[in-house]
Amino acid sequence: MSDETHIPTDPEVAKAAADADPPEDNRWKDAVREIFSASPWVAVGALVLAFVVGSIMIAFTDSRVQEVSAWFFQRPGDTFSALGSAIGRAYSQLFQGAVFNVAFAERGGFLEGIRPLMSTLTSATPLIAAGLGVAVSFRAGMFNIGGRGQMIFAAIAAGWLGYVWSGLPFPLLLIICVVAGVLAGALWSGLAGFLKAKTGAHEVIATIMLNYIAFYFLQWLLMTPGMLRGVKGTPISNPVPDAAFPLLFGSRYTVSWAFVVSLAAVAFCWWLLNRSSMGFAFRAIGENPRAAKVAGINVERTMVVAMMVAGALVGLAGTQQALGVLASSGFGDAVDAGIGFDAITVALLGGSQPIGVLFAGLLFGAFQAGGRAMQAGARVDISIVAVIQSVIVLFIAAPPLVRAIFRLPQPSQAALARKADAKARAKAAKALAKSGSQDGTKESA
Amino acid sequence: MTAAVLDQLQEVVEARVIERKKFKVPIVFASTTVLLTLLYGLSARDGDAQFMLGSSSDFVTIPKVVVPGMTTAWITIGIMVVLTALAFVLANAYKKSPWYATVLFCVAAMFGFLAWAGAGAPAVVNVVNLISGAVALAIPLVYGALGGVIGERAGVVNIAIEAQLLMAAFTAALVATVTGSAWAGLVAAMVAGFAVAAILGLFAIKYRVNQVIVGVVTNVLVTGLTTFLFQRLLVPNQLTMNNTEPLRFSSIRIPGLSSIPVIGPILFNQTIIAYLMYVAIAAVWFALYRTRWGLRTRAVGEHPQAADTMGIKVNGTRWRAVLIAGAIVGIGGAYFTLVSNGRFNWEMTAGLGYISLAAVIFGNWDPVRAAMAGLLFGFAMNLNNILGLLHTPVPSQFLLMLPYAVTLLAVAGLVGKSRAPAADGVPYVKE
Repeated sequence: MSDETHIPTDPEVAKAAADADPPEDNRWKDAVREIFSASPWVAVGALVLAFVVGSIMIAFTDSRVQEVSAWFFQRPGDTFSALGSAIGRAYSQLFQGAVFNVAFAERGGFLEGIRPLMSTLTSATPLIAAGLGVAVSFRAGMFNIGGRGQMIFAAIAAGWLGYVWSGLPFPLLLIICVVAGVLAGALWSGLAGFLKAKTGAHEVIATIMLNYIAFYFLQWLLMTPGMLRGVKGTPISNPVPDAAFPLLFGSRYTVSWAFVVSLAAVAFCWWLLNRSSMGFAFRAIGENPRAAKVAGINVERTMVVAMMVAGALVGLAGTQQALGVLASSGFGDAVDAGIGFDAITVALLGGSQPIGVLFAGLLFGAFQAGGRAMQAGARVDISIVAVIQSVIVLFIAAPPLVRAIFRLPQPSQAALARKADAKARAKAAKALAKSGSQDGTKESA
Repeated sequence: MTAAVLDQLQEVVEARVIERKKFKVPIVFASTTVLLTLLYGLSARDGDAQFMLGSSSDFVTIPKVVVPGMTTAWITIGIMVVLTALAFVLANAYKKSPWYATVLFCVAAMFGFLAWAGAGAPAVVNVVNLISGAVALAIPLVYGALGGVIGERAGVVNIAIEAQLLMAAFTAALVATVTGSAWAGLVAAMVAGFAVAAILGLFAIKYRVNQVIVGVVTNVLVTGLTTFLFQRLLVPNQLTMNNTEPLRFSSIRIPGLSSIPVIGPILFNQTIIAYLMYVAIAAVWFALYRTRWGLRTRAVGEHPQAADTMGIKVNGTRWRAVLIAGAIVGIGGAYFTLVSNGRFNWEMTAGLGYISLAAVIFGNWDPVRAAMAGLLFGFAMNLNNILGLLHTPVPSQFLLMLPYAVTLLAVAGLVGKSRAPAADGVPYVKE
């Protein structure tokens, strides 16, 4: 065979290969289904494994453990107690930073004790919004790694308008800024969608490149007087207290109305994906673009729109950063705080379902808030949170591996088929009942 | 007739038409020309631009070339306009622009831009330094791209190039410092790339998890892991665990070859990792296209069912390809801590793995072309170092955007029809 072996010469094969430009047709669906249908035991197993990995990392890098392990064979007890205390301290700090702090509670009662829980909600706010954005693109068969750039452009728009129009009355200014940010995110993401639809540029590459371009653009704006550069002369934007999201429960907690907006976005996405014709088109091109085309869906336009909706949601996360936690201080070039990338793991863990994303966002928000406390209290670097999160997602994506590790029973093919069959029957019966109640005469057959 | 049926019919009819008019290349040409025209028009610079084609130590000394900056810039614009018009005419006649037109266009654009940037500047544009620096910067990209090409040719998308580079850089720094040997570090880097590839293979091949997901999550995992270990282990033990400064590979002049004018100092005054890169490009090309292993690797990436029918073990072949690719990317990772820096720093690969991925696509899944694409990106990165010296009125952030903008343009426009191996990214289940 010659060099040409790699190019399918048969016209039909070649056409299929060209059409399979997003070759993800069914893979996304399978992956998503795999993640979503993971039994709760697999999820628990993945969580346990992730914490085991985390424990090993903490134990092996703890200076006290390294010290006493020198005399491990004389007094093994010392090593084990050092191990226990290092791991215990870290995870107790993680919990106390994410959910309930005992010391706070002793000082100021229950309401003071749940302050960490409220900071979890604050951390979860942009993760949920950005996670929804990535989830929408997943459902449309595309991979939005451009969260960073979309958040940056949203923050630029919101931060700039919030400062320039700071004279406007309260709710109006906030609404204008949020809308501007969401639009900016949508346009930046739509650019990637447009390039994919029109030129076939892979959206993974396009969105990553757009991230860097947005990042340097923001740096330039922050360095240039008259642009975003703050009045203090530092590369930090001007604070926008007038455009900030108001706090939800008063000044005791950091959680703001931005969290409520994220909840509303979850509801909106649920409606969009499950009840609207646009969401149906998204899912159709995600599952099988050729079939969608045959069914009369404009695949190219739907791609661009899906990316714009995804970018709008990620942009919402950007405005939540700029007008939320960073509103009083102004933002620098790290305004996205890695949320654009964390959102990918959030969407994966949430099975690309809005409700799933909500809970995954809350879990990862807890990791963020707890991780900060752990870094401060137990001097365990917060980067361990990234390891724990990615291990969870990897294991949840591979249920057979988790089952093998914990000796859980592998579901038999027959059982799976039965389950799917029962589900399909239930669905069909429901649909029949519904259509029957609407116009029973037509569906008599 | 419904719209759907019409669409379907149209598809059938279009399949019979020889080809559609494709204006992608002329449009990219035109937009580049317009952008550069605007740049030259809006900020004209006076004076001459000085180019140097060699270093003083060369066997044959080439004199400095001095050209009038703006005149040269406008002449190149003229050439670009002609080429753009030609491309439009060809596209209108259903013809493709020849590849040398694209090369000529790029050279003209580059030369004009440098003439504009260097006009009136006291500094000399040293073409040799510009390109040899580009070769050095391109090293991790080329290794990453080679690894990516092997993996994707076997049908496994490798988004985890970034993770492999980072893990290799970390391991190379740690092992080289502890053992006191850069060579040990290089081997350890290959092992690290191999290990990350094993994670990729385990989840992507054995458990058939979506490969893009595995890749992205592996990147997060390795970034977190190396940052954590850096903060907890390397920072407190800087001197004993993370100090490759005295061990770094230095440039080796190859006697004879390095005194060839222009090419000598560019290609033959580099570090051992660069020489290994030349070997690796040739070796990967040979292995993929001229050996039984390569034929089988390409077969499982193109049509795994057919390969399986012929008795090739699909998943075994994919495993081998992914692991070999990991080791190759590992050498590229060693560049960060054994050549360019004297120590590991967190997230020091700075997204270069993703640019390698772009090089794979830009290079149309061919090892030699992907390596050339890596060199192009290296050139764009080195350009902003040179332009910094020339004090151009363009803010540095826009110059830093350049490699990414070039990648975007390249992926969107100039690639032409890029086609991935047919079974790229599709897990294989034996029926």
